[in-house]
Amino acid sequence: MKKVYVNEDWCLACHLCEYYCAAANSGKDLIKAFKYSDKKPVPRIKVEEGSEVNFAVQCRHCEGKPCVKGCIAGALSIVDGVVVCDENKCVGCYTCVLSCPFGCIVIDEEGHRIQKCDLCTKNHNGEPACVQGCPNKAIVFEER
Amino acid sequence: MNYVIIGNSAAAVGTISGIREIDSTGKITVISDEKYHTYSRPLISYWLEGKVSDKNIYYRPADFYEKNGVETILGKKVMKIDTAKKCVVLDDGLSVPYDKLMVATGSKPFVPPMNGLEKTNYHTFMSYDSVKAIRSELREGMKVLIIGAGLIGLKAAEALSAYKTDITVVDMADRILPSILDERAGLKMQKHIESKGVKFILKTSAEEFSEHKAKLKNGEEVDFDMLIVAVGVRPNTELVADAGGKVERGIITDMTLKTSLDDIYAAGDCTVSYDASSDTEKILALLPNAYMQGEVAGRNMAGREFYYVNAIPMNAIGFFGLHIISAGSYDGEEYVTETENTYKKLVFRDNTLKGYILMGDVARAGIYTSMIKERIDLGDVDIEMLKDKPQMMMFGKERREEKLGGIIK
Amino acid sequence: MAVNYNNPLFEVIRNPDRCIKCRVCERQCANEVHKYDADLDKMIANEQGCVDCQRCVCLCPTNALKIRPNENQFRPNGNWSMQLMDEVYKQAGSGGVLLSAMGNPQNYPVYWDKILLNASQVTNPPIDPLREPMETKTFLGKKSQKISYDKDGKAHFEKTPYLELDVPIMFSAMSFGSISKNAHESLARAATALGTYYNTGEGGLHRDFYQYGKNTIVQVASGRFGVFKGYLDAGAAVEIKMGQGAKPGIGGHLPGMKVNEEISRTRMIPMGADAISPAPHHDIYSIEDLRQLVNSLKEATGGEKPIIVKIAAVHNVAAIASGIARSGADIIAIDGFRGGTGAAPTRIRDNVGIPIELALASVDSRLRDEGIRNDVSIVAAGSMRSAADVVKAIALGADAVYIATSALMAMGCHLCRSCNTGKCNWGIATQRADLVKRLNPDIAAERLINLVTAWNHEIKEIMGGMGINSIEALRGNRLMLRGVGLNQKELDILGIMHAGE
Repeated sequence: MKKVYVNEDWCLACHLCEYYCAAANSGKDLIKAFKYSDKKPVPRIKVEEGSEVNFAVQCRHCEGKPCVKGCIAGALSIVDGVVVCDENKCVGCYTCVLSCPFGCIVIDEEGHRIQKCDLCTKNHNGEPACVQGCPNKAIVFEER
Repeated sequence: MNYVIIGNSAAAVGTISGIREIDSTGKITVISDEKYHTYSRPLISYWLEGKVSDKNIYYRPADFYEKNGVETILGKKVMKIDTAKKCVVLDDGLSVPYDKLMVATGSKPFVPPMNGLEKTNYHTFMSYDSVKAIRSELREGMKVLIIGAGLIGLKAAEALSAYKTDITVVDMADRILPSILDERAGLKMQKHIESKGVKFILKTSAEEFSEHKAKLKNGEEVDFDMLIVAVGVRPNTELVADAGGKVERGIITDMTLKTSLDDIYAAGDCTVSYDASSDTEKILALLPNAYMQGEVAGRNMAGREFYYVNAIPMNAIGFFGLHIISAGSYDGEEYVTETENTYKKLVFRDNTLKGYILMGDVARAGIYTSMIKERIDLGDVDIEMLKDKPQMMMFGKERREEKLGGIIK
Repeated sequence: MAVNYNNPLFEVIRNPDRCIKCRVCERQCANEVHKYDADLDKMIANEQGCVDCQRCVCLCPTNALKIRPNENQFRPNGNWSMQLMDEVYKQAGSGGVLLSAMGNPQNYPVYWDKILLNASQVTNPPIDPLREPMETKTFLGKKSQKISYDKDGKAHFEKTPYLELDVPIMFSAMSFGSISKNAHESLARAATALGTYYNTGEGGLHRDFYQYGKNTIVQVASGRFGVFKGYLDAGAAVEIKMGQGAKPGIGGHLPGMKVNEEISRTRMIPMGADAISPAPHHDIYSIEDLRQLVNSLKEATGGEKPIIVKIAAVHNVAAIASGIARSGADIIAIDGFRGGTGAAPTRIRDNVGIPIELALASVDSRLRDEGIRNDVSIVAAGSMRSAADVVKAIALGADAVYIATSALMAMGCHLCRSCNTGKCNWGIATQRADLVKRLNPDIAAERLINLVTAWNHEIKEIMGGMGINSIEALRGNRLMLRGVGLNQKELDILGIMHAGE
């Protein structure tokens, strides 16, 4: 299955992936999403910055899928290998935040429920927005 | 192969999923004394609060049984497991044969003997029916007395406060949520809940009840229009015990989730689990635990050999907007930081992270959880980063590549 | 605080309707121009450090940024330009020699832009390169002239070392030190994919890049940095650097702060030590001395590798080239005064040397006149800006060209000409690890390949239009060229007729 991978050697910690991700999933363009929204949308990808290396982390759609197994509301499910969240069912208990070994489940801008990377399968972005937006090909979408 | 599952909650759904991974044709029968399509037990408080609709309380989509080829016998109770005849006997006398049996009977509310309790119309807070009953009696402005300041009692309090009720919570312990919080965190949460109008009376219990009044051992009297008893739960172990299976505080299983009886497995809140964070056997009444046990058991029932390991106590819960995530055990060297709105405690032992409590800021807590489960040696991580916040940066490049490049076991 | 006499050269124009305060400009500016002010919840700019490298403009996800020349004006003066005044203030402040980078930016004539190309009409019809073969393969080296016959009448040609180029374009010398390891890797990978060569410059060859040896020209310069037998053996040819177009007559200076572990190992000098290339080769004071070095290098490499001698285009370039051709060198590289550099004294860069167009034409003519043109190949360098420049250079007499500035631009360079600061925001002319990683060779190599491939397509098209189907037939074919707006002397030197003639 094609997944998003990040190459630490090339990540510049420019954080553009976060902005492209948040905007793509808000359904607005960057300017509308970040200048003309009541609350700034939250990215589903997280850049970690270090003194020497940087990298972005997002849902691994991992084999174990502890988030799906632990979801108390049946809001998380697997569609063609991709872990997706039904925002209408999520009650914001954050059991998935507790379970995710990568820290990739984020709390939405309202602070009421979670959102997570679905490889841009639910928006109309095609290739994941973080991959498209990375200026240094540090983020790739590929089979490994 | 003919599989029978007693129970219809998370462990049962996990079992179905585990069986179907391996065996797509075997017959699966689910038997439950509740009449509902599988619903999420932890959601009952959200349902009562009005945050979850009648439709969304269900744990799996309406076509779940159909898609998985599951037959259901709902609203009927299993009275007996006949190991000789390899069948279960229902309350209407019908017997259902099995090749492999899953006991996922969960737990029941524990109602301790209390003077005069029989004079009250008390409720428990455990099932869809129990909250439906509460809902039908609820009126705005009611006085509600909740016995028990644990997870269930406080979730009930949160739900009921949506009805502008006047809520008092009584508990024998000197603090709230003792099972998941330490003293400081408990106090912080208590203050938060109090600020939402809930009253606590701690370190005491009810001496005697009359129909609308409780007399407490500390001399106080509390009037109530509704009484909820949420002292705790007890695992449903009788079926296995009566059949001669090994039962202690809960049903005893091996690492494959098989009970001491042939072809009989057990999973979920009715079982005793091994807590990898404290090296002890305990009941881990947690939905994720139930599901994952069920899944492993299901695969084994279908003929594979999987082991259920690395279970730890863990909880994610919030009350009135203040969130807590905690996991592991709390015996060891502590690191604590606190701000007005947040609390963090990390517990280290044997050069590993053993437990943590995060309150307020719970972001990325799972990274800590995985460190406890995987018993990651602290020599391999940057301790300052670990203390600062959960982050992948604290691991060395190699472990990070292994984790982010692929698969979690 | 002391008065700052120097104005910022540029202004940052930020469109507040588009800026989303993502701070990418702040994170990407090594000159610390942009800054997010939390109190104001606003992006602010300190333009003093801005070099107009355009990194922020290119990375800004909402196109909210423009960098413009500072509108501030000194009192206009036909004699004293603002730049000259600014330089006076700088030197009055520092007491130092002014340093600059990249090629001469002054407004001297660009002869490429005064030369027009021919095309076929009616007779000798044009060739469609999409339908008919069009050869851009080029061989560099001495053209074999001695043919002997054995007793069976079989011909034997004198064997001479050569370079085989699939395209008549090579990447010219840029040292590891002046540019980053990732830039080097990009050039090496692109040269390999294109079937051409890149040049190590005078900084030695990083051990990771020996694998690209068959597409590498290794340079021997006056500092002899990184030169040893293995290095000479690694390359496909050896280039003796006598001079550089951007700074004829002077050497080089890589400041010690850029000499990190990798560079120290590659150059074989201590970490942190200044790497100073002397102005002359201390063993070369005559053509005879040069001949000795050429022969030494041939001997060291078993006579199998062509030797290139690179010189800056200076006043008596034709006579010098004639001497080089007689020194035994196989290839002469001539670098015009607009060629780039990682650092040069401004006054040298802006005032020394001559245009490559004139130098090339006069060298080609001189060697022909002396009957030794076939003893050497000529590589022209020093600002080949497009495929048209390449075609004109070949028609003026070059066998191939070297490009560097346009290669750097393919990798992201916006000619801010601040290489000497070591803070290249594009990760090219820097050794700072956080900046170097901005240049991903996967991207840069592809862009280099794209650029040269595109130029090669254009070269084929232009040649086709002339009715010429190989570089061989274009070389020195000055009949294909006409001058516009040139005086008779210029036309004579270029050896071309005026348009209309």
